[in-house]
Amino acid sequence: MNTSLSWIKAYVPELSCSDREYADAMTLSGTKVETYERLDKNLENIVIGQIEKIEKHPDADKLIVCQVNTGKETIQIVTGAPNVKEGDKVPVVLDGGKVAGGHDGGPLPENGIAIKAGKLRGVPSNGMMCSIEELGSSRELYPEAPEEGIYIFPEDAVVGADAVEALGLRDTVFEYEITSNRVDCYSVLGIAREAAATFGKPFVAPKVEVKANSEKVEDYISVEVEDKELCPRYCARVCTNIKIAPSPKWMQRRLASAGIRPINNLVDITNYVMEEYGQPMHAFDLDTVAGHKIIVRRAKDGEVFQTLDGQMRNLDSDMLMICDAEKEIGIAGIMGGENSKITDDVKTVLFEAATFNGANIRKSAKRLGLRTDASGIFEKGLDPRNAQAAIDRACQLIQELGCGEVVEGTVDVCVPLEELRKVTFDDKRINALLGTDISVKEMEEIFARLELRLETESDGMKTLIIPSFRQDIEGIADIAEEVARFYGYDKIPMTLPGSGSTTGKLPFSLRIEQKARDIAEYCGFSQGMCYSFESPKVFDKLLIGEDDILRKAITIANPLGEDFSIMRTISLNGMLTSLSTNYNRRNKDVRLYELGNIYLPKELPLTELPDERMQFTLGMYGEGDFFVMKGVVEEFFDGIGMKKKPSYDPNAGKSFLHPGRQANICYEGKVVGYLGEVHPEVCDHYALKTKAYIAVLDMPEVIPFATFDRKYVSLAKYPAVSRDISMVVPKNIMVGEIETMIVQRGGKILEDCRLFDIYEGSQIKEGYKSVAYSITFRAKDRTLEDSDVNSVMKKILNGLESMGIELRS
Amino acid sequence: MKEKLEQLKAEALRQIESSDALEKLNEVRISFLGKKGELTSVLKGMKDVAPEDRPKVGQLVNETREQIEKVLEDAIAKMEKIAREAQMKAEVIDVTLPAKKSEAGHRHPNTIAMEEVERIFVGMGYEVVEGPEIETDYYNFAALNIPADHPAKDEQDTFYISGDFLLRTQTSGAQVHEMEKGKLPIRMLAPGRVFRSDEVDATHSPSFHQIEGLVIDKNITFADLKGTLAEFAKELFGEDTKVKFRPHHFNFTEPSAEMDVSCFKCGGSGCRFCKGSGWIEILGCGMVHPNVLRMSKIDPEEYSGFAFGMGLERIALLKYEIDDMRLLYENDIRFLKQF
Repeated sequence: MNTSLSWIKAYVPELSCSDREYADAMTLSGTKVETYERLDKNLENIVIGQIEKIEKHPDADKLIVCQVNTGKETIQIVTGAPNVKEGDKVPVVLDGGKVAGGHDGGPLPENGIAIKAGKLRGVPSNGMMCSIEELGSSRELYPEAPEEGIYIFPEDAVVGADAVEALGLRDTVFEYEITSNRVDCYSVLGIAREAAATFGKPFVAPKVEVKANSEKVEDYISVEVEDKELCPRYCARVCTNIKIAPSPKWMQRRLASAGIRPINNLVDITNYVMEEYGQPMHAFDLDTVAGHKIIVRRAKDGEVFQTLDGQMRNLDSDMLMICDAEKEIGIAGIMGGENSKITDDVKTVLFEAATFNGANIRKSAKRLGLRTDASGIFEKGLDPRNAQAAIDRACQLIQELGCGEVVEGTVDVCVPLEELRKVTFDDKRINALLGTDISVKEMEEIFARLELRLETESDGMKTLIIPSFRQDIEGIADIAEEVARFYGYDKIPMTLPGSGSTTGKLPFSLRIEQKARDIAEYCGFSQGMCYSFESPKVFDKLLIGEDDILRKAITIANPLGEDFSIMRTISLNGMLTSLSTNYNRRNKDVRLYELGNIYLPKELPLTELPDERMQFTLGMYGEGDFFVMKGVVEEFFDGIGMKKKPSYDPNAGKSFLHPGRQANICYEGKVVGYLGEVHPEVCDHYALKTKAYIAVLDMPEVIPFATFDRKYVSLAKYPAVSRDISMVVPKNIMVGEIETMIVQRGGKILEDCRLFDIYEGSQIKEGYKSVAYSITFRAKDRTLEDSDVNSVMKKILNGLESMGIELRS
Repeated sequence: MKEKLEQLKAEALRQIESSDALEKLNEVRISFLGKKGELTSVLKGMKDVAPEDRPKVGQLVNETREQIEKVLEDAIAKMEKIAREAQMKAEVIDVTLPAKKSEAGHRHPNTIAMEEVERIFVGMGYEVVEGPEIETDYYNFAALNIPADHPAKDEQDTFYISGDFLLRTQTSGAQVHEMEKGKLPIRMLAPGRVFRSDEVDATHSPSFHQIEGLVIDKNITFADLKGTLAEFAKELFGEDTKVKFRPHHFNFTEPSAEMDVSCFKCGGSGCRFCKGSGWIEILGCGMVHPNVLRMSKIDPEEYSGFAFGMGLERIALLKYEIDDMRLLYENDIRFLKQF
């Protein structure tokens, strides 16, 4: 919402403050000023001058030499403007003055353009006559300005007077951010009312008096509203003998300040009233309204209608139409029809001021792809009481502007208006809610400024009568906000909540996630963040089978394109995409991790909330291999108290991983995640021309095993005995199997078994590998005897033998 | 005997004096003081000494031994010192050679900001909770006093799934879940991922994070809200941070406000960072709307509360002066390593 300060001051005549003070005070009372701009920025030393004499430039065909009376003196100005003649009154920048822009109307330079006396082709020129563009404005807003050349003032302009003032540019335009609950502030009157209350100055609403002729509106028009739910009120008035002409300058300037281009008196009046009252108006040429009858009804499905911008629009039965006795003539609240639009030949005008169901207008505008100024306001839901005031104001302006005659009366089809809302006034509750000690007197004073009427009921209870334009005020909390706004949010003290004690804490799952971050980072992994939604194409990229359950993903009904259309059921795509980004930016040795959800539906379409599963995903390329990744997983387990040895099942069946280099990660027999080398074909799909490794831990499976409890195990007091064994193992036996056997047979005295060599090659027979372990034994309560160790070693060696493993001598 | 000892001593001292290595000193020790050394052989000759002279001679031998030992020890210490000095001289390194780091990873700036915020509020007695990212209409809208036809629900902003299911547009739903548990008082903080249908650009992302706070208790006031958030702002942005509360509108709070903090770049005098205003908008807040309390079966006559919500990315972007939101989701290691 943009409005000039001078327009606001028209209703708050005593308002007197600087632009900055105004902006700050309004912002602090709730009408936030986004920006403001002085219209006379960089306009200095510009007066109205009159051209007394024009001569040809002796040395230039396209230049003329003018003698210009600037009030105090007559100065010589050379110009190339084609449009001036002797006697014209024009804006003149004097030597040392400034204009806002160039005559081409391009972007305005920050500091304007300084004008100095000089010579043009040898002839002295002591100033400059200005075009509207040089004054920082445009023909859009000053339609009377010539297409090319100098702006010419009307004949009654005063020579020597301030040209900037005469153009109405001694003003500041404020841009406000209006919150959605304050429909009333989408109007100059609404903002003026707030300004009056903010500064404690009287608010002077326009006096609306219509001097109608003796004709009766009922003789001109009848109105029938078929769908009162979608149109609670429809007011119609008629003006005759319409004479289309430009509207007066003051009206043009005010519209221009709101960014509205002046057109003609009739159009300008409807726009003016919309800005002033926040009530969109529509004007029909009554002679095009068949049967002089207005019917408000729903459109029929599949109908097509031409709006006044010439476009054909497809309608449906949820859209509300304004119709005459034969046909549709406008889409209610959105745009009028081509068939009833006002032309310069209009004789009789039918004004409409109506209220429509806001949600319906919003939905219709959206379906039509046609959001207009009017629909933008209607969709907020308007005060039906405002419609009559606005339509009367429009008629008054018709009269005042000499635009036509007003026919007596209004056709008003209206559902019974709701009574004005009442809210019980309770100063104690207001103070209790705000934490203040504001006196009743001070509150009453605020209510008066806001036009909230305080009444005492027969039982002594005090009630506030809420004016109809304040649709946002419903209860005591709203009243508290009104008090707070004008008492001043800044004056409310700052305290800390007392009473009931609570304990600050982080849930266990989040503490585990924190630990996951710590350990990943300790291992050199940096945290990435990926989107939750992705393309259904990722399943193909990850070589996931057609029938795989992972493809049963939740689909977004209105996605931002296919690439963001399903909720991920696997976290790998984000990780691989990030690795790829890094790889293709030539970043070396990249290690990333992510903590984010996947979304597994229990049923599709959803009948209950899906299973959101936190995934701890690690990915890397460059330095490191499968076993480095495995180390990170085990480091994490160790960090969250999972002290048992995880096992790894190579039959993980992950299509996106190298078939011979993948494993499920199992803890106490339960699969809690997987890891592996990314399948080379998948790497190709992600433009990763290197080996990449990933690990994914399914946190809901991990967390039940996690604990922050730690138990001290006493430090060994007795010496350890260690034995190294070297063996030849059939290739198909995994060292994990050997270790499991060693652990099983090693019993209590087994402290550790550590692989220290593994070798395949020429010295080892085909189909075998050489494996060497160092096994450590220790007893808690004594020094081990050789015999203790020997008997355990024997068991282990027997175990090896039964696995088909030979000892190397 | 005495002369012999003197002679021996003089010879030992001479040899010590002329030793130029530890090994030689050791040889001296062995040849004079060792089991088969000279002094020992003198002692062996004691049997030839008259019994009455033996104590005196014994004493003399011991004195000689002690004297030689003393000199020997000093010489060894001196020699060791020289040797160590020589060794250290030889071991001088170029300390400007590159460091050998174990490259630790880095936290995402969002997480750093989130943990900061969590730390502050947990310290004030808030419990961190989580809510689902896929929500029902009721928790995301209706229970927050956002009626069926509110523009915020428009498809433009909300990602819908099917039926009542949608991607939450705000963490505020966590308020409702918490209130429904029926345990009062409440002090909760709910960080999490939210979704809005905004195209990706330098200042928008269809997925971002919010942190929601809620306090419900008897006698909670707007002044408490102001005080709490002012403390928070000081903790997060520095002790000198000032706050400003402006009236605003949210459906689920009344009165509502937006909080600005004094620009932490220029301190409030106005700069490009704060667009000349000296203030930076940080969060929205307000007193919990009585309708919201009622819907969650809390009596607004007895209890009151405040709520606040802030965008994590906004905080991260401001605090770390990141100028493009897309960087947060690209995961370029050169970006992440800066935090």
